[in-house]
Amino acid sequence: MVLLVLLCAAWLLALAFGSVPVARREGASSVVYGASLAACVVALLAGLLADGESVLVLPLGIPWLGAHFRLDALSRFFLVIVDLGGAAASLYAIGYGRHEHEPQRVLPFFPAFLAGMNLVVVADDPYTFLFAWELMSLASWALVMSHHREPGNARAGFVYLLMATFGSLALLLAFGLLAGTDGGYAFSAMRLGASNSRRAVLVLVLAMLGAGSKAGLAPLHVWLPLAHPAAPSHVSALMSGVMTKVAIYAFIRIVFDLLGPPDWWWAVPILALGALSAVLGVLHALMERDLKRLLAYSTIENVGIVFLGLGLALAFRANAMPEAAALAMTAALFHAFNHMLFKSLLFFGAGNVLVATGERNIERLGGLIHRMPISAGAFLIGCMAISALPPLNGFASEWLTFQTILVSPQLPQWTLRLLVPTVGALLALAAALAAACFVRAFGIAFLGRPRSAEAAACVEADRFSLAAMGGLAGLCLLAGVFPGVVIDAVAPVTKLLLHGRLAAQTAQPWLSVVPIASRNSSYNGLMILLFASASAMVAAAAVHRLAARGVRRAVLWDCGFPGLGPRTQYSGASFSQPIRRVFGPLAFRSSETVEMPAPGDMRPARIRKHRHDLVWEAIYLPLAQAVAGIAERLNALQFLTIRRYLGFVFAALVVLLMAVAAWQ
Amino acid sequence: MAMILSVVTQGGQMLLVLLLAPLLTGFVRKMKARLQRRQGASVLQPYRDLRRLLGKDVVLADNASWLFRVLPYLMFAVTWVAAALVPTFATGLLFSWSGDLIVITALLGTARFLQAIAAMDVGTGFGGIGASREVMFASLAEPAMIMTVFAVALVAGSTQLSTVADYMMSGQVGLRVSLALALVAFVIVAIAENARIPVDNPATHLELTMVHEAMVLEYSGRHLAMIELAASLKLLLYISLIACIFVPFGMTAGHDGLFAYLLGVAAYLAKLAVAAVMLAIFETSIAKMRVFRVPGFIGVALMLSLLATLLRFVSGNL
Repeated sequence: MVLLVLLCAAWLLALAFGSVPVARREGASSVVYGASLAACVVALLAGLLADGESVLVLPLGIPWLGAHFRLDALSRFFLVIVDLGGAAASLYAIGYGRHEHEPQRVLPFFPAFLAGMNLVVVADDPYTFLFAWELMSLASWALVMSHHREPGNARAGFVYLLMATFGSLALLLAFGLLAGTDGGYAFSAMRLGASNSRRAVLVLVLAMLGAGSKAGLAPLHVWLPLAHPAAPSHVSALMSGVMTKVAIYAFIRIVFDLLGPPDWWWAVPILALGALSAVLGVLHALMERDLKRLLAYSTIENVGIVFLGLGLALAFRANAMPEAAALAMTAALFHAFNHMLFKSLLFFGAGNVLVATGERNIERLGGLIHRMPISAGAFLIGCMAISALPPLNGFASEWLTFQTILVSPQLPQWTLRLLVPTVGALLALAAALAAACFVRAFGIAFLGRPRSAEAAACVEADRFSLAAMGGLAGLCLLAGVFPGVVIDAVAPVTKLLLHGRLAAQTAQPWLSVVPIASRNSSYNGLMILLFASASAMVAAAAVHRLAARGVRRAVLWDCGFPGLGPRTQYSGASFSQPIRRVFGPLAFRSSETVEMPAPGDMRPARIRKHRHDLVWEAIYLPLAQAVAGIAERLNALQFLTIRRYLGFVFAALVVLLMAVAAWQ
Repeated sequence: MAMILSVVTQGGQMLLVLLLAPLLTGFVRKMKARLQRRQGASVLQPYRDLRRLLGKDVVLADNASWLFRVLPYLMFAVTWVAAALVPTFATGLLFSWSGDLIVITALLGTARFLQAIAAMDVGTGFGGIGASREVMFASLAEPAMIMTVFAVALVAGSTQLSTVADYMMSGQVGLRVSLALALVAFVIVAIAENARIPVDNPATHLELTMVHEAMVLEYSGRHLAMIELAASLKLLLYISLIACIFVPFGMTAGHDGLFAYLLGVAAYLAKLAVAAVMLAIFETSIAKMRVFRVPGFIGVALMLSLLATLLRFVSGNL
């Protein structure tokens, strides 16, 4: 089976090179995206149908050592995420790609990006892994830069490249530490190597830096809201929906698989950063007026939720509680899967809006539901899923996370016992804020009256785009109504990594989800859906039978002040003003100043909002200033005599030898 | 036989809450009127209002979309399902396993989401202001509710409402600090979520301070009837939830014969009446807050419920 995946990756790479000369021809984009779709579907089937492990060593890469590939339960699960997301994005792009002005900047890199992500999840040695990782990073960087003349995109690309390089360096060092001094090279050798605790902590930190920066874990997230929206929308969907999951895969692979048994306190930074990402991400999303950036910030929130689950899994694993660890890991992986579904769906919706109106700014949209009914319906389902509303899939995974928190009083450590409920409160806060954020996104962009001529004149998207959105919306509903299927699909992963699993959920009566025991908690999405739809139908039927049926159309009432223009509607900024006022002073040091001219003065009154990105100002700006300052000082070193340089070389050698002697 | 009985109990309870909800609203209004030394409308007035609304044509804004017409029914259905999951006079409901306390919280969240969406459909300033303030309140009230649920679930060892009620009735509980904190938090959340004074004023119209009423301003006729009914149901649901968790006494476990059922219904009605009187007294004795004082009020609930959960995490006895 792993061979099949490699063939798909090879096919995608061949497609990448093959599309270079023909990219500008008429119809080339349909062919390339169609072929990518085929490769993704084949790899998806390989991931779904394979079982057990399959290993392959190819004579590529470093001579004598070869390139190792392996498909185990963890790889399979993430292969499904990658290729389902990839297939949806390819299908969407068959329609969306036609609107691309410079297809030669997108077409070659799209299949290469997919190939890179596929290769990361099957790689079984550091060299292959990092090669695939860099392929993924560079291809996505090229895609971010595809519209490089638009304002802000060049900066986004620069920041992304810096962070990606930094992340790869961290991963390289992590693998170096894991391999140790005796050169255990493949992942299988690393698993056997006994790691001492100091080295393990270093590896954990490096994995959090490397994988966390790619996944968008705060405070390493700064590149994400710049780079993800800059790419074409189907690529944004892939980056947010799929690439962050590949980063989560890397984290799980290193920390849960390659690294030895954990200490309990490892969970503390992961939980803290996960909760921080969740709340900070959604608060930023609430303030954002650019639809795609809003979605990118919300990705940070969801990555935070996944890392929360992973942190809990680590805590339980360190305390030898395999069932609870399996529950936490299941919640995390389920949420990762769900996020792929709804975030791709939402980015597709944003892409349709962009094509139809040329706008990403929600303050210039409005009323799209009338002219884009299918896009609006699918986008609404995505909004409801990401807001964790039953019976959709986002709620199922969040419910599992809450159940995990409810078993954590059994943890023996005091720090964790105090931390976990706080983290639970932050998670609930993030969920409620996410609902607010997506009421705002949908309500301002799709409902109300058009705020610009472009929004008033938009047309519905093409069939391929709508098919991709419809498919993902359907999957959101299915995964929410039959969560047991996904939970059972995760069971081999938890068995492999944690030696524990949840009871088979599809065997439960009535397809309920029962994570621990039926007396503790159970959830049945199907029943809720049937129940709610039956009630709605009964109510509608009864009302239509008994009540007056007349419908009159009239001018909107608005408390007796009709005829006010669309500018008097609530805007995105005014919608989030109460939340900015409540949370802003803490999260952004935000403030408002009002300039009110004196009576009789004809100047307009002005209100100014001030908002700070505290992470950027507290960490990245000082860092950049420090680097610039040091570079300025070191400039002098470039104008020395040859004797001085030789002296430096000699001194460096002596210092290094002394360091080695001290280390031994 | 047992199956038939449980179907009857479930169906009976769904009908009961639906029929009682307007009466409860009317009763609270009557009580408030009496406390203000007014005669007040009859307790049956909400039923008459519903009939009047159902008899009228719907006036839709020109630019109302299909969502605007569908959402009242969905909102009502979701609230009704949530209400059906809360045991009122008998525990061990037929469908209680299909959702626990977290699901009920989330279903109410769904209803609120749909209502906020509906408010923004026509594109008026009032709809926007209502939706925006509602989600701001909810962003604090929902975590408070979840943390309260956590505290209760950690005491009872379950998030399943029937199990919680059985445990609370069993007398193993005793007096606990965490439950007291959770109760206060729950009451604050219930007041905020039901748009009662001091958070919102259910009797006001055409004021800039209103929240819930601002969201439904564009609705009329049968749509408004569904929304009003859903709002009454929500008030009943919160009172039933508080009764079910904190004073479950009198509920039957479902196998004690007809008399136990009658006793259960009588106890439930008594609890509703007491809660309604307390709500009326509370609302009469307090003034409405400014909108930006409300986050502090709900924040108290969040802090109390977090404290209750922390206590449970720290010690099994508190």
